[in-house]
Amino acid sequence: MRRAIRLIPDRVRDAARRPLSFDARMALAYFALIALLPLLAPSLGSGYLIVIGERAVIFAIAALSLELLIGAGGLVSFGHAAFLGVGAYAAGIAASHGLGTLSVALPAALAASAAFALATGAIAVRTHGVYFIMITLAFAQMAFFIATSLAPYGGDDGLSWPTRTTLFGRHVLKNETIFYYVSLALLIAAYVCLGRLMASRFGRVLRGLKDNETRMQALGFTPYPYRLSAYVIAGTLCGAAGFLLGNQAEFVSPAYMHWQRSGELIIMVLLGGTGTLYGPMFGALTFLLLEEVLSRLTEHWKVLLGPALVLLALFASGGIAGAVAAWRHEQGGLARMLRARSRFARRRLATGMVGPARGRWLGYPWLAHAAMPLRWVVGRARSRGQAAKGTLARLRRDLPALRQPELRNMLARWWRQ
Amino acid sequence: MTTPVLRLLDVSKSFGALRVAERLALEVLAGETHAIIGPNGAGKTSLINQISGALAPDAGRILFEDRDVTHLSMPARENLGLARSFQITQVLQRFSALENVALAAQAQAGSSFRFWRPAAAEVPLNRAAMQSLAMVELAPRAHTPAGALSHGEKRRLEIAIALAQAPKLLLLDEPMAGAGVEETRGLIGMLKGLKGRFSILLVEHDMQAVFALADRVSVLVDGRIIAAGEPQAVRANAAVRAAYLGEAA
Repeated sequence: MRRAIRLIPDRVRDAARRPLSFDARMALAYFALIALLPLLAPSLGSGYLIVIGERAVIFAIAALSLELLIGAGGLVSFGHAAFLGVGAYAAGIAASHGLGTLSVALPAALAASAAFALATGAIAVRTHGVYFIMITLAFAQMAFFIATSLAPYGGDDGLSWPTRTTLFGRHVLKNETIFYYVSLALLIAAYVCLGRLMASRFGRVLRGLKDNETRMQALGFTPYPYRLSAYVIAGTLCGAAGFLLGNQAEFVSPAYMHWQRSGELIIMVLLGGTGTLYGPMFGALTFLLLEEVLSRLTEHWKVLLGPALVLLALFASGGIAGAVAAWRHEQGGLARMLRARSRFARRRLATGMVGPARGRWLGYPWLAHAAMPLRWVVGRARSRGQAAKGTLARLRRDLPALRQPELRNMLARWWRQ
Repeated sequence: MTTPVLRLLDVSKSFGALRVAERLALEVLAGETHAIIGPNGAGKTSLINQISGALAPDAGRILFEDRDVTHLSMPARENLGLARSFQITQVLQRFSALENVALAAQAQAGSSFRFWRPAAAEVPLNRAAMQSLAMVELAPRAHTPAGALSHGEKRRLEIAIALAQAPKLLLLDEPMAGAGVEETRGLIGMLKGLKGRFSILLVEHDMQAVFALADRVSVLVDGRIIAAGEPQAVRANAAVRAAYLGEAA
């Protein structure tokens, strides 16, 4: 008997049966968190929380656009912040000429960033690996210095917008709540569109090119137009984020395009976890919160941020999404684990053994359950720490080899040259 | 039947002092399986690379279906109907076997500048991919990531990918490379099933495979074809025996 072979992969069919993929559910959790934040803000007594939320959303859009390049395309752009600046400058310059209406400012921001992406991408995308990193950095620095020399538009000091972008002559976006939710709506739209794009024919080719370029060429795909298109799409989307960022601050300065900002965008993507779409959104949020908390502790907060990022890179490679995936792999998902644990607790109650499995949690079983993720993270960090300790021990063992005379002589010779 | 699909006219190529092709002439006829054999370093893989477009020849012309393709890029040649497999497996490790082949079908079926519809749900692509996978007896492994397939399965996947490209000429670069005795036997049986349905240019080390599959054999030594013809005639050729089969025959 001939076995019927399924034409649609299980994964796709299951995804169709289940309303939402895991990535989408995590994203939904993020959107819900962000959407509820303004409702919490008054009770926490801080309108500033809304500003942080806005910035988190805007940088989430930028990080998502960078994820299209890094995660799907394998193109690590070290000049992505340039698009934030180009978008914000285009809208800001339009506004300073009295064209601050949405129907002009937003298209101007999108067109300018798309044009910049097309012009720089046409050259940058021809290169690979570290050369791509350097050339994108170079283009971003060029944009930075052009912005500093834009004397009519503030030059070094930046450009203050006369007002936020208007809609039919009305200052709708002046309302902080409306601006907040408009930004969130844009983020959701960006997430949905990028999700479709990654799974589409185009996304498949882009991912294939990252995986094995030789094979893709042998299939008849010329890499260049696909990579350039991805670069332009990502740049335009980041330009939209720049438009929002300029609106949020009612200001734009060359600092928007500084290479440090480009580095921060890469950190957001890696911190959140590349290869997923929800990861970079959480990455942007985490990064901004870290920045916020640390800058309250001390003026020299960057001294703390650096080591914190090193630790995260050491103990959480794969970022937040990587840790979540490992958790799911080991524990089989939060809901299933909690179900299993509550079954276990019920059985213990029935047999007269009261209390949770490890009953040191103040006698509250739910506390033990709630603390599970935390305990898991601590355990994971501890095991990574053990591994690091092992590496150190090996290093200490092998270090004497460095003191061998041959090596010393070699180094000495090298030194004399 | 006797029209050539592929013609090489006086193709020369050298890497520094090493000559891998010297005024090389070769014809592959429609429907035939043409094997190229030769000792290590004779220039067999370089020849495949020149035909597929991965390398440019120093001199000479390459005609594919009477069209000069000497200066076309690799993707452009593949789109004309030249499909190749690689000696060192080149599959998309993170894609499933089905996706690997579906991507080859996608290259044949319209534009890939489509941004909205999920490609994995395109039934025509998956159906074409499944047919190719079935031809190499890999259908049950369709949803396995290519990186997790065994070596022999990857060799089959290479061929399935080439088949899905709707090829007018299949360039198979040592399809049995690295395969065990049992796997080789399976691969020969599978290739026999393809013989006659496609024009095939086969580069192979495995003599058993060559004599089982080829209609004609060309022997390549130091960038030159020293003998060509029916397998039996080539096997009997004294120069070939001296240069290559030597101790083995």
